[in-house]
Amino acid sequence: MATITLKVNRDAHTLECAPTTLLVEALRERFRLTGTHVGCDTSQCGACTVHVDGKSVKSCTMLAVEAEGAEITTIEGLADGGTLHPMQAAFQEHHGLQCGFCTPGMIMSATDLCRRTPDPSEHEVRHWLEGNLCRCTGYHNIVKAVRAGAAGMRGGK
Amino acid sequence: MTSQGIGASVKRKEDRRFLLGKGNYTDDITLPNQAYAVLVRSIYAHAKITKIDSAAAKAAPGVIGVLTGDDVAADGLGGLPCGWLVKNKDGSNMVEPPHPALAHGKVRHVGDPVVMVVATSKAEARAAAGLVDISYDALPAVGRLADAIKPGAPQVWDEAPGNACFDWHIGDPVNTEAAFKNAAHIVEIDLTNSRVAPNAMEPRAANGHYEAASDHYTLYTTSQNPHLIRLLMSAFTLHVPEHKLRVIAPDVGGGFGSKIYHYAEELLVTWASKKLGRPVKWTSDRSEAFQSDAHGRDHISHAALALDASGKFLGLRVKTYANVGAYLSTFASAVPTYLYATLLSGPYDLPAIYAEVQATFTNTVPIDAYRGAGRPEASYLLERLVDKAARQLGVDRIELRRKNMIRPDQFPYQTQVALQYDIGDYHATLDLALKSNDYANYEKRRAASAAKGKLRGFGISTYIEACGIAPSAVAGALGARAGLYEAAGVRVHPTGSVTVFTGTHSHGQGHETTFAQLVSEKLGVPVDSVEVVHGDTDRIPFGMGTYGSRSAAVGGSALIKALDKVIDKGKKIAAHLLEASAGDIEFKDGNFRVVGTDRAKAFGEVAFTAYVPHNYPIDSVEPGLEESAYYDPKNFTFPGGTHLVEVEIDPETGVVEVVDVAIADDVGVIINPMIVDGQAHGGLAQGIGQALYEEVRYDAEGQLTNGSYMDYCMPRAADLPNFKVGNHVTACTHNPIGVKGVGEVGAIGVPPAVINAVIDALTPLGVTDISMPATPEKIWRAIQAAKLAKKGA
Repeated sequence: MATITLKVNRDAHTLECAPTTLLVEALRERFRLTGTHVGCDTSQCGACTVHVDGKSVKSCTMLAVEAEGAEITTIEGLADGGTLHPMQAAFQEHHGLQCGFCTPGMIMSATDLCRRTPDPSEHEVRHWLEGNLCRCTGYHNIVKAVRAGAAGMRGGK
Repeated sequence: MTSQGIGASVKRKEDRRFLLGKGNYTDDITLPNQAYAVLVRSIYAHAKITKIDSAAAKAAPGVIGVLTGDDVAADGLGGLPCGWLVKNKDGSNMVEPPHPALAHGKVRHVGDPVVMVVATSKAEARAAAGLVDISYDALPAVGRLADAIKPGAPQVWDEAPGNACFDWHIGDPVNTEAAFKNAAHIVEIDLTNSRVAPNAMEPRAANGHYEAASDHYTLYTTSQNPHLIRLLMSAFTLHVPEHKLRVIAPDVGGGFGSKIYHYAEELLVTWASKKLGRPVKWTSDRSEAFQSDAHGRDHISHAALALDASGKFLGLRVKTYANVGAYLSTFASAVPTYLYATLLSGPYDLPAIYAEVQATFTNTVPIDAYRGAGRPEASYLLERLVDKAARQLGVDRIELRRKNMIRPDQFPYQTQVALQYDIGDYHATLDLALKSNDYANYEKRRAASAAKGKLRGFGISTYIEACGIAPSAVAGALGARAGLYEAAGVRVHPTGSVTVFTGTHSHGQGHETTFAQLVSEKLGVPVDSVEVVHGDTDRIPFGMGTYGSRSAAVGGSALIKALDKVIDKGKKIAAHLLEASAGDIEFKDGNFRVVGTDRAKAFGEVAFTAYVPHNYPIDSVEPGLEESAYYDPKNFTFPGGTHLVEVEIDPETGVVEVVDVAIADDVGVIINPMIVDGQAHGGLAQGIGQALYEEVRYDAEGQLTNGSYMDYCMPRAADLPNFKVGNHVTACTHNPIGVKGVGEVGAIGVPPAVINAVIDALTPLGVTDISMPATPEKIWRAIQAAKLAKKGA
């Protein structure tokens, strides 16, 4: 067993876990943050994307022990209380989700894109999202939502 | 109409929980004392199980049970049933082999479940599963349809000689033969429809919970139709009566057909929960999904079209081999028959059709309905054939279609393959799509592509589909073992808010919004005052769930019927309050009004009176305001339309880029345009995926060679363009909304348009055929072969 300390959605935690525990397993099973999803076993689908120290990371590619000292933000930590983050609001406004399973990963990935590229082109959005699979939307409305979400984020809250 | 009723792009009510990460999917549910199951699956495509040694697994840390096919048999669990009996040409029944939940004696495909290990954690279960020692004697196996139909092929089932499950036919062979005798032109084509995996992003999961104190089972499962699962478990597999079994399909992360079926794991975890005294959860990983979720398509067909000298279609002859895999999944037999061959008239006036379908066993995972289910196979065959006819006859492919389309004045149109189309306007959708594509300027775009060294191709598909499979009695006569109606309940609360209970299931389609819009349309209440409940057999009426684009047409119609009953009862209450006769009350804009007066009672006031019946017609009207209805449709609905695709191909690499997609569909009356467009987008992506990227590959011996996202090419955001989606509405004539269905149109219409565009682009080089998926390698090879052939000529 290993002991790690980390912050999850702004709260500090100390966690005992097996050294083989994946970060996504720790988030889902130990913290019960089930908004982070698992859609594959080869790090292709991106449904498990979270922020580690502000950068988007597929939480299935990281061991929980590697998160020692890190600040993790999951989809549950993105909204400001009851107010949706601009990217979340844009996904609703532009019907960027259907079954909702890929959505948390899409949003966590998209917010990182917009942090790096505040006004991404359609081409940039489509290529940035290569690590996130969606089977419902055909991406059409996701791309619209991400660009609108970027505008919302530029608008500053 | 209210601003939130039919026709309004209301933002989805269900979004908020998903956006906040508060969805409740099956694997998110962890019960007190939860145990975890891992399945040990066959690594052989076909083998005798000679010994199962589970001693080491049983002794491993955390293990609480190791269960085998012997245990399943000893406890008398039933095999997984097939829901549709198809008859052979001679009237005899199809071959229905046994389908035990855990393989017994033999395994018949890679991924066939053999042993279930249950432990106190998933990690322990996984570790112990690795300790199960299964000895096999490998048997000859057949992994591909083309090989399975050859004489002398390895036999999947002793009782199915030649691997034939059934040999079925439809249409009139005599008329059709006569049509071919009289033809000026005969066009023939050989086609394969590739095998694909549905790949809902949420892997399947099941969590069974037996409570001894109440002798009651609860199953949480990733299902599109919880009542169907409960029925099959009660009647066929678990043998527990319905009142002791609750099936909950909570938030479900996409289905596309793959979550219709009753799978072994649902039975196993529920059974094991009682046996082991703990709730047992199984969650598929993606590699496991490729080996155990039902796949789609996989046909080999030969077809011929007879035309007269003017290009009028005279007859169609089709022979199809359809792969059903190693076992018959729940609707495996219906898909290549009643959902495929009945669609072979397409949108065309086709006076003679004869189709033969042989369903074939292979040592592969079962094949069943996947988005479109039979109808994409029909549209692909017909639209490839019509394009070939245009090339062979030297006529314009658009005009050939226009000439043969059923005209608006021919409806209702009786096809030669059983269906009667109620209404449509195929010329209108064709014209709308051509306008959206800016076809008039296509040659300019082609020249611009050529100038940059690219081959541009234009592809068209004019398709028909059938939604809301019905009526029950007709389907039953054709072999269906289930009803095909839908159920709805409407509970008006005392203060006028409404809860809807629907037998359909939403796993991305947005029913919580569209069904609320129907309530808003009828009762005049805002959608925020409506809650839609689905997916829990203890809460909803017995309904058939969601598949085949049936929810709005069948479930929505049931809801309208229930709402009409609410209004009728409301009129009686209002008549009493207004001291008028019920016949003089009209209900409009949320008010019950005495016709021609300003005397009215608001809906909420009537609802309150129903529950606080102080001043009430108690002698003739019961208190309360809650109604239910069942709706069994008179016919299928028939969406149709035109899909146009333009591609650019790099002749040096064979890479295809889809540069334009313009579609015009007639999906009937549209409840929520935003959601309808979204459904079209998703279907298009899956259709383009099949046409260009996706294919499940088995080797000749039945090994699955691309069963992960490292190997199976899923369409990504950068692989797809924006879609131009348009609609022309003709209202369905036989349901109360006029709605037809939209869930599958993209996947049905677009694959042949993509391939026709690819062939169009390559025609100048001498390439005449490309199969799905049109990968760069395949195209590059076709270009090289055509070059060599030209040199040789």
